[in-house]
Amino acid sequence: MIDALAGVLLIPAVAAALLAALPGYRLTARLNVLATLATFATAVSLFIVEPRVGPYLLVDNLNKVFIVLTTFVGFTTSVFSASYIGHEIDTGKLTPTFVRFYHTMYQTLMFAMNLALVANNIGLMWVAIELATLTTVLMVGIYRTHEALEAAWKYFILGSVGIALALFGTILVYMAARPVIGEGLNAMVWSVLITQADKFDPALLNVAFVFLLLGYGTKVGLAPLHAWLPDAHAEGPTPISAVLSGLLLNVALYALLRFKMLLALNPAAIAPGPLMVTLGLISCVFAAFMLYRRRDIKRMFAYSSIEHMGIIVFAFGMGGPLANFAGLLHMTMHSLTKSAIFFAVGHISQIKGTQKISDMGGLTVTNPVLGWGLVLGVVAIAGLPPLGIFMSEFLVISSTFAREPWLAVILALGILVALGGLFLRLNTIAFGEPRGPTASAQASYVPMFAHLAIVFAAGIYMPPMLVVGFQNVARLLG
Amino acid sequence: MRGHLAFDIAHLLAGSLVLVSFMQIYQDRLYALLNTYALHALVLSASVAWQAFVQDAPHLYLTAAIALIFKAIIIPTALHRIIVRLGIHREIETVVGVGPAMLLGMGLVALSMVVMLRVTAEADPLAREDLAFALSVVLLGLLMMVTRRNAVSQVVGFMSLENGLVLAATGAKGMPLVVEISVAFSVLIAFIVIGIFLFRIRERFDTVDVQALDRFRGERQ
Repeated sequence: MIDALAGVLLIPAVAAALLAALPGYRLTARLNVLATLATFATAVSLFIVEPRVGPYLLVDNLNKVFIVLTTFVGFTTSVFSASYIGHEIDTGKLTPTFVRFYHTMYQTLMFAMNLALVANNIGLMWVAIELATLTTVLMVGIYRTHEALEAAWKYFILGSVGIALALFGTILVYMAARPVIGEGLNAMVWSVLITQADKFDPALLNVAFVFLLLGYGTKVGLAPLHAWLPDAHAEGPTPISAVLSGLLLNVALYALLRFKMLLALNPAAIAPGPLMVTLGLISCVFAAFMLYRRRDIKRMFAYSSIEHMGIIVFAFGMGGPLANFAGLLHMTMHSLTKSAIFFAVGHISQIKGTQKISDMGGLTVTNPVLGWGLVLGVVAIAGLPPLGIFMSEFLVISSTFAREPWLAVILALGILVALGGLFLRLNTIAFGEPRGPTASAQASYVPMFAHLAIVFAAGIYMPPMLVVGFQNVARLLG
Repeated sequence: MRGHLAFDIAHLLAGSLVLVSFMQIYQDRLYALLNTYALHALVLSASVAWQAFVQDAPHLYLTAAIALIFKAIIIPTALHRIIVRLGIHREIETVVGVGPAMLLGMGLVALSMVVMLRVTAEADPLAREDLAFALSVVLLGLLMMVTRRNAVSQVVGFMSLENGLVLAATGAKGMPLVVEISVAFSVLIAFIVIGIFLFRIRERFDTVDVQALDRFRGERQ
């Protein structure tokens, strides 16, 4: 019996096999878009028909949000990717063989991320995140330049160490669960673990969480474990930067949240909140200051991703219905905005033939649509009203202010510093004297403006259905 | 009686794995390092096979076989060839000297004993000791990755780290998916060895010294 749950896994898997076999760039790019659209439609249907929960796969309110977000951004990125890759073939930066490989990996990555999100088994979830890491390593290195290879190598080594530590944490969770639940499969099934978590040995759970936090935290890009992230974003193809920032970081965060829920249910275990708050705060403030010294446009937005993941982890670390709600909203808004920015950046660096900020200038004059699109994106990501990120950042800070005023002050400082850094660079890129080539781009603007429109709309009006949905999830997270 | 013997042998094998990890730290030639790694995998294979026998879990023999054939024979042979072809069978540069590295290693082992033995006070003794040894092997692997500059020895460090994880997974009695996880890890390793080395690094770099890869850093130009 194939239901929607199997669908979100089967469609990308079949598409990956097909794309590996089919030649021709135009056909495969269209097929790639079609497959991601079908996956997105299937994911939406999860809201209508509730699939059964099995020992391996699971759907609940928490992962529905993540799956729909992942498949949506996956779909829009594939539309952007079609025009981006077309340009790369025209300029000879990628050969048709590599494009075929790229499309196969794209679908494999979608499969791996969806599998990690619907996995009910903590071992299966780990395997899926490993697969996602491997496919992105391959894609980061696809240009095969010195820089791309170094970035891929760094990402590979740090990512592998991260997932190795996460596996050790997973084994420890099993060890903690075994005396209560008994040997075998059930002691790794998440929906069983959650019902018995209060009886687990707290000491083992504590150690397990430290390993899981360091392991999956590396994949989330938390400072000081973030070293791979800027390189991987800067050297890979831009659609992959968009998927990395918008989706893969979220998937690792999702894994972390699942284990946080386990710990929260055990009164004798350490509270996971303060650890997450600390790492989140460090990431946010550190990345905000790092923004000032960036000369590479993609690298700059990679640091901005570290900053925002810091804010999100901070919000979830604070916990409680309001902060969790704010964290979820911020995560959604960041995914949409950051991928929109990378769509713009991708076309900009193709026009200019470089990623160096000093070689770009006056974009709003020479390429008005692209230039203003980028301005709008940066305004959104910096957290200016009335856009969606302002809403979520305001919620994070105001809910923190009521409980821990000092932490709220530090966080607000980080956000303001980041705002300064972003606008300083934006000024060079978008305004002033035009620099560099000014050819018009064969761009698809639809994905970028669709994302920005959603972010804009969410800042002004949130549909009550969405608010209720997010509130339910926030309550689930505790 | 049998319980005692089973415990002692498991203890001996896991302890030997930590010992071989220490041996890896002071190998300063790549050939010797690879041979030590093969020994590491061999000890792991024996340890996993013993766990399979003690726990009466036949599927673990598969994990043992993977460790024996893939990690102890195929990977070291492949790396041997790569080293020859790259012409880098000379001495390894170590960032930290052997003495400090050994001292650090001992500190890490002591740390993992203190942490694991304390938190697993109520678990059964077999799994308990196994876990403490496994964490030591993991930490020693990490230590090796940070004290070496050569890409090949970093990979060897990662592989011995991974052996520690397999030891932990097999020691956790009745853990599901162990075979699947060890296969996933083998894929990962095969991936590094074949993909990155043969096709990428060899093609683009004159050296596999990671410091040379560091020449470029996006920002400084």
